[in-house]
Amino acid sequence: MLTARLIACFDVVDGRVTKARKFQDNIDVGDAAQIAAAVYADGIDEVIFYDILASAHRRRPDLATIEAVAAQVFVPLTVGGGITSLEDMHSVLEAGAEKISLDSMGVRNPEIIAMGSKEFGRQCIVQSMQVRRVPVQPGLPSGYEVMVDGARVATGLDAVAWARRGEELGAGEIVVNSIDQDGTHEGYELRITRMIADAVNVPVVASGGAGTPSHVAAAFGDAHVSAAIISSLLYSPRMARTMSVNEIKAELSKIHDLPVRRT
Amino acid sequence: MSNTDKAVVGIIDYTTGNSRSVERALNFLGVPNRMLKSPADLADADRLVLPGVGAAGTTMDYLRAAGWPAVLDELVAAGDMPFLGICVGLQVLFEHSAEQDAHCLGWLPGTVRAFDRAHVRVPQMGWNQVCPEPGHPFTATMPQDGYFYFVNSFYAVPGDITDVAAKTAYGTEFASVVARRNIMATQFHAEKSGRLGLELLLRFATLTRGELCSPRD
Repeated sequence: MLTARLIACFDVVDGRVTKARKFQDNIDVGDAAQIAAAVYADGIDEVIFYDILASAHRRRPDLATIEAVAAQVFVPLTVGGGITSLEDMHSVLEAGAEKISLDSMGVRNPEIIAMGSKEFGRQCIVQSMQVRRVPVQPGLPSGYEVMVDGARVATGLDAVAWARRGEELGAGEIVVNSIDQDGTHEGYELRITRMIADAVNVPVVASGGAGTPSHVAAAFGDAHVSAAIISSLLYSPRMARTMSVNEIKAELSKIHDLPVRRT
Repeated sequence: MSNTDKAVVGIIDYTTGNSRSVERALNFLGVPNRMLKSPADLADADRLVLPGVGAAGTTMDYLRAAGWPAVLDELVAAGDMPFLGICVGLQVLFEHSAEQDAHCLGWLPGTVRAFDRAHVRVPQMGWNQVCPEPGHPFTATMPQDGYFYFVNSFYAVPGDITDVAAKTAYGTEFASVVARRNIMATQFHAEKSGRLGLELLLRFATLTRGELCSPRD
């Protein structure tokens, strides 16, 4: 049986980790490689790096930061942001990533999901999506719309339909980022996360809003996810008290009876 | 100290695999290692790692194009060079894989099958428990039910159960480690499995050939 997998997700700008709220107002948290090494030592199950400005500024992926992290972190590393070609994917994997996260670029050019999956295998391609609550309407039957470019641009795509399409194209995992819940510490957007987890066969990851271990437990128990992204809980400067990975896992295990990897 | 302390681990280098992740893990552990693009690079390599990501058919195509199978047959299957396969590097040791209908190295009897999508999410992606079986020095110090990182859609079904060195459950029970004499392989990514994975890699890299290779058969 797989454990409840906890992922630390870092928004990175110029090798520095930053923390946003509703995809805005990023605050500097610290050096990316140092923070990644610290959460690895603390028992994190996986690490994701999003180069949040690479796409908007048409920059190449930050390979130096990926290499610095990969030299000392021996759990899976996913990298996203600024990846526009198979060549970029090769260089990011060569630098030390296991998985490639495609978000806005996958929406703009869905074929890149298929190409990456064919070249590196399904397990290597993560479809990451930013979703926002909208009124149920024709074309958006789930009541959730996919947004791109740092949650700024609406696509008209229904979130569940886009997840299904991503799986068909070859994505091996789907991360559901809730724009409405991002950085609120009020809990994940369980409804759309569960709708997507039940609509696809690949693993689904909850993202955006966790403020307590109970929120994390609800993602596994109620939204049927395989993994949960915890960021604020670990290091948000906006949280009164952050927790260690091992403290969160202890609570998931003791209070919520979830299987966790203890280190 | 034995003269194998400085044993160089050769890592078979793919163009699209994650050979570099194994290299980074060995570097972190202080284990001398070298990437091998082809058998011509073997030189002083004392033991070999075959990492794997991607598909069994693609991996076999790559190995054939680089001229590996005949050399490996001689050094590993007929010889006593310690060999560690990882992920797809485990699957290609068997006779056949359902993935891309691939004919594989055939060092171990058995086949490779797909997980049943009706019962479990595929790929299996995450940390799962590994239960070692007694019998092979490679797994002798693994804890019972330790967690290791898996990413796989296919799993091996060994034809000889004495080759099963550890088991894991994902919808069905499957061989998560296989070992026979000098041939060892893990379905999980030892290089991405935190401390326990690094310990297993270190064991493969630093035990002497005599200590590492089971006298069985």
